[in-house]
Amino acid sequence: MKKHRADLLLCGGTGCHATGSLEVKSALETQLARHKLDQEIRVVETGCNGFCAMGPIMLVQPDGIFYQKLKATDIPHLVEEHFLKGRPVKKLFYKEPASAETIPSMDDIPFYSKQQLIVLKNRGVIDPEKIEEYIGRDGYLGAGKALLEMTPQEIISQMKESGLRGRGGAGFPTGLKWEFASREEGDVKYVLCNADEGDPGAFMDRSVLEADPHAVLEGMIIAARAIGAQHGYIYCRAEYPLALKRLEIAISQARQHGLLGEDILGSGFNFDLEIYQGAGAFVCGEETALMHSIEGKRGMPRPRPPFPAQKGLWKKPTVLNNVETYANVGQIILNGADWFSSIGMEASKGTKVFALTGDVNNIGLVEVPMGTTLRTIIYDIGGGISKKRKFKAVQLGGPSGGCVPEEFIDTPVDYQSIAKVGAIMGSGGMIVMDDQTCMVDMARFFMDFIQDESCGKCTPCREGTLRMLEILDKITHGDGEPGDIELLEDLSKMIKSSALCGLGQTGPNPVLSTLKYFRNEYEAHINEKKCPAKRCPALLKFEVNMEMCIKCGICFKKCPAKAIAWEKKKTASIDKSTCIKCMTCISACPADAIF
Amino acid sequence: MAKLTIADLKKIKEKAQKDTALREGGATVKVTVHMGTCGIAAGAREVMDALLDEMAQSDRHDIRVVNSGCMGMCSSEPNVTIEIMDQEPVIYQHMDGNKIRQVFKRHVLTGEVQTDFALARIK
Repeated sequence: MKKHRADLLLCGGTGCHATGSLEVKSALETQLARHKLDQEIRVVETGCNGFCAMGPIMLVQPDGIFYQKLKATDIPHLVEEHFLKGRPVKKLFYKEPASAETIPSMDDIPFYSKQQLIVLKNRGVIDPEKIEEYIGRDGYLGAGKALLEMTPQEIISQMKESGLRGRGGAGFPTGLKWEFASREEGDVKYVLCNADEGDPGAFMDRSVLEADPHAVLEGMIIAARAIGAQHGYIYCRAEYPLALKRLEIAISQARQHGLLGEDILGSGFNFDLEIYQGAGAFVCGEETALMHSIEGKRGMPRPRPPFPAQKGLWKKPTVLNNVETYANVGQIILNGADWFSSIGMEASKGTKVFALTGDVNNIGLVEVPMGTTLRTIIYDIGGGISKKRKFKAVQLGGPSGGCVPEEFIDTPVDYQSIAKVGAIMGSGGMIVMDDQTCMVDMARFFMDFIQDESCGKCTPCREGTLRMLEILDKITHGDGEPGDIELLEDLSKMIKSSALCGLGQTGPNPVLSTLKYFRNEYEAHINEKKCPAKRCPALLKFEVNMEMCIKCGICFKKCPAKAIAWEKKKTASIDKSTCIKCMTCISACPADAIF
Repeated sequence: MAKLTIADLKKIKEKAQKDTALREGGATVKVTVHMGTCGIAAGAREVMDALLDEMAQSDRHDIRVVNSGCMGMCSSEPNVTIEIMDQEPVIYQHMDGNKIRQVFKRHVLTGEVQTDFALARIK
């Protein structure tokens, strides 16, 4: 076997594919071959490395050098300099946004150094399409231990002791869920994995599946052993083609190695699973709707009880967990419950993966111990607010969650503390908003989403969310009337208490939490017909304030409709008949003089 | 493929760990081949090839081979620097395929500095 002297770990997640990592990969292979380095330097396409904003990303090991935003055209120079002559290329290093300092080594980049990886421990390190590399990092040893050395009851008690709670959003203790299903009598039981991630701005599960699909399979094997199931399904949306492809490869490799199928590892235990592709309905992430969908019925929820642990898929006892939950299981079994419960907070153990996005410098996937404050995540890991603007709020838990304003930014992220300030932990979507975000418009966006995704089975959700959306539309169009806020509150309460499933019960949350913290913005829209963040076009006049205008002409240059008149040393003016209200001038004006 | 047992699983793990050891960072020995234009012209490529061949034959996974630019002593190229943890680095000069094999076997693997080929000890 020829020995490699370096591994180039090139990110091959969806984000980096979109920014061109496949072209970079083929350029690397061509250039390495040209310099006859292809036998000593190996290119490895990994899953999502996490730092999506800087993609395509490449980590050079053993040097530990981190390259970002690579282009195929950079590669000839890079290969010649770094790999042929041994001189790392500085201009492709990471630059810290605050200090503009270049940092060559990945371990020193704050985005990485403040994270603690359990679920994502293999991200950017292994090739997700090679089972051997997963096994090389202790993969399937947890499953081996569970199958050969432990009884189902011991597995469940380890899971209970570990304190792992469901990572899909609701936070139900995983061990308890398994115990309920294990107590049920019956030969046929099912283990399901919920990979129907649908919150706007969330991509945790997709990245886990793309970077480390075997970790999810291993978790499911252990769950199946614990409850006595022989068959499982992974319910993944069809919009995740790369995740599906890597899952399929992982499943077929696991079968080839006898890690799925009959008599796994000689334990006498049989388990196999298949993928069920969802068509992308948000409500199918709700457990009962998801099961209906697998059964071939319309994806609609049903009232609980009976809970899935008693009567789930095809009315058989079923355990359904989220992707991230399963990705924790193998390591908990292998390293023990005490190891896992030593991480995190009293009632929230372990770590949580967040998809950090919005108006923040370092967009990407982060994993932190429970109890890390929002400030650490947004400022230390996230690098602060982009475009040097000010922080306004952060939305947690997507359309089911709520926003957390600046006064609570030191809140530790754990199930209780987040609930206390009116948001939820959720599945891990974390959308940061700057001071140019209109909170009414943000609430309207989520209500539009909920309305769109409401399955229509129950009236409160079907009709109630439509009415709420109409009122929010009215307010953002400048037609708000006194009493609208109270009506929104009334409707919210009704929908929350009477909707059939989680989608409706939590749908009004974004409206309620913005009303709680930003009521003044609603009032300004309704009473003064003003949008304080200058985001609602219907409430803007598109006029230039002559006193504030600094006569720079930027608006004139940027206007796509040529509706702005300006000459040197003179104030600008907008011709309202040609103005298309595209907001370009308002965002561009350095003096904030257009309103 | 035959049914996997837990012992097979551990074998696969060990093999894969060897194959991907590079990615873990951390090593006790670092061998630097100086590969500036002068080094390459003087035969550093042959040195590198011989070194990687020796690496493949040895069973050590804590050795990192890296290349770097010219260190300024072009007349003594090809140069190789051996850094063993807790020891002073040694620079070798006028390396070729055979000499690096000897340095690797004696110095890297058994700790015996090959004074005949050495240029300097860095203090």
